[in-house]
Amino acid sequence: MDSVGDVVIRVEGLGKKYTLQHQQKERHNTLRDSLSHQAAVFGRWINPFTLSGQIRKARQLADLERAEREEEFWALKDVSFEIRRGERVGIIGRNGAGKSTLLKILSRITEPTTGRVEIHGRVASLLEVGTGFHPELTGRENIYLNGAILGMTRREIRLKFDEIVDFAEVEKFLDTPVKRYSSGMYVRLAFAVAAHLEPEILVVDEVLAVGDASFQKKCLGKMEQVSNLSMRTVLFVSHNLSAITSLCQKGILLDKGRLKKPMTDIYDAVDEYMDSTIGNSAYTIDINPKDKRAWITRAIVSNALDAKSSCFRVGDPIQFDVSYRCNSSIYSIGLGVGISRPSGSRITSFNNYILGIHLPTNSDEQNRIRIVLDDLNLAPGSYVVSLSLVENETQWLDLQTECISFSIVDDGFYIAGRSLTREQGEIWCRPQYVVTSN
Amino acid sequence: MSRSKNSEQVLILEPNRIEKQYWKDLWHYRELFAILAWRDVAVRYKQTAFGVAWALIRPFLSMVVFTVIFGNLAGLPTDGDAPYAIMVFAAMLPWQFFASALGSVSGSLMNGVGLFSKVYFPRLIAPAASVITCLVDFALSFIILAILMLWYRYWPTWRLLTLPFWLLVVFCFSMGLGLLMATLMIRYRDLGFVVPFFIQIGQYISPVAYSTSIVPAKWQFVYGLNPMVGVIEGFRWAILGKSATVNSWSISLSLLMVVVLIVAGVLRFRAVEKTFVDVI
Repeated sequence: MDSVGDVVIRVEGLGKKYTLQHQQKERHNTLRDSLSHQAAVFGRWINPFTLSGQIRKARQLADLERAEREEEFWALKDVSFEIRRGERVGIIGRNGAGKSTLLKILSRITEPTTGRVEIHGRVASLLEVGTGFHPELTGRENIYLNGAILGMTRREIRLKFDEIVDFAEVEKFLDTPVKRYSSGMYVRLAFAVAAHLEPEILVVDEVLAVGDASFQKKCLGKMEQVSNLSMRTVLFVSHNLSAITSLCQKGILLDKGRLKKPMTDIYDAVDEYMDSTIGNSAYTIDINPKDKRAWITRAIVSNALDAKSSCFRVGDPIQFDVSYRCNSSIYSIGLGVGISRPSGSRITSFNNYILGIHLPTNSDEQNRIRIVLDDLNLAPGSYVVSLSLVENETQWLDLQTECISFSIVDDGFYIAGRSLTREQGEIWCRPQYVVTSN
Repeated sequence: MSRSKNSEQVLILEPNRIEKQYWKDLWHYRELFAILAWRDVAVRYKQTAFGVAWALIRPFLSMVVFTVIFGNLAGLPTDGDAPYAIMVFAAMLPWQFFASALGSVSGSLMNGVGLFSKVYFPRLIAPAASVITCLVDFALSFIILAILMLWYRYWPTWRLLTLPFWLLVVFCFSMGLGLLMATLMIRYRDLGFVVPFFIQIGQYISPVAYSTSIVPAKWQFVYGLNPMVGVIEGFRWAILGKSATVNSWSISLSLLMVVVLIVAGVLRFRAVEKTFVDVI
């Protein structure tokens, strides 16, 4: 039975529905609210002057209120696929595509609303490193605790104990409470336990986002090694595309809870994903605002290497095509561009004044400007662009806040398997290292 | 867990599937239960100067205070010829257990969110494991009872052998009530304030510091509605022997209520645990 090609995970028509509760209407978060609401409803009921018609009306109103308050949301819908023994499958998709929901169902944290999953073999899921770690307990104690939580038996942990300690490089601190560990040691220990799990199927969420680059590499290597040796099946979710492509052979692309691409080769899935991360790369406005003397009519962000594509790898030149119209004669027009994180923090801004460039102000036709940014190695993530038109460096003419957006993905900017985390900076660079000592 | 024997275990996930295999799973995850219980016990007295001694000091001091205030100063009667201190301590055992078990069981869902949203196991394991710490404390307090009885040369009877039964009763009571509280606490955080207050008041409503014999006969009926009255009488019956004041009404009522509570608690907990991670 244990041969290559057996289907170990069969997912059929899987769906997960969440009911969103809108906060604007009353929601009884405290007992008092709830009790007073109940009392009011009860009061309406026992009121002798309430006619039966009014009661019906009140009931309908309550139903309506409920429907308004609750909105159905399918985090996952009609997802079907099969995974065979020994396959390493990457699950990719944007935030909110349903990746985590899928992993949660497969690891039994939540039940599906529809559909069916059949899993052959023991599953271990790693949705977080160090689940259940207790800061007061020592490293040794936490290895046993975490191992048990991840589904290892005490015997298995005892057998692997030395290997785990070696892997984590914490021998000296085994009997120190982990609250005194450095964050690096903590993560290493946590991952070491996880890396020594030996289930037939391993489900891994974005856990490689933590830890330093060399340790990440070591973990990837370990996972690949066991997977090759023991025919372990791995399901892996990550935003780090280079990690995914180096570990997985196959890929599933999810988009808005649906299977955008059935199981394919991982590179096909990644390509498709990059094509889909366009966001709203173009902005156009057709109406002429009467009250404005000049306004932006069109803005497109695209990859300067391939104008048809709007996906970017780190380091790809970013091209903005902006058109504007002027109503009346304008003395000196300025076109400003601001690039920010969706959280609002500004990465950079520039305009033509600071570059000493003069822009046209034709009033009878569109003024078209192309801006190419080729020295900005933005870190992977999504970015929003704000555009402004200014007269004479001071007078606002038009401001389009966050009107276009683009995403940057990591596809091997650094050597395979290496990348930086968001905390390590907004810009990636490849400096030269020269040894200047003898 | 049974991997070596049978690596080809098939797991089916469907809507409402967990329902069918829940109790089997509960047994399957017994090792996790043991280790979670061990964690709570190990963590409880870490970084405290007196360590486990606290488990002895607290009930002992409360017993001394109650004996002096209610027995000596207020001059309340004891049960038969039992020394006041022993009568108080016989009630202290179930009361302390109840108070700490109720606290930890009712908080177990809220405190376990981090774990629940990352790894699957039958959720009932978490509250059950949290009670083990209280059992350890209970066992330690029992040492004080033994010393007290030696000190007063008050010898137990065969009835002491029924103690495990009474312990089971108070276990089920704390578990049942605690599980109900735990499920409510997800929606109504208010209970986080209510429970400790309730425990504090309950100590005076229940016959911990005094004998039930001081409650007037016409009020015994109402008084017995508190399940802890029956539980405490049961403990005194087992420990004090013939001296204990026992009211069969309150004991049978208490047993009935405990059965209802534990069944309702487990059912409600089972209903909530399925969707709990989605709504928290």
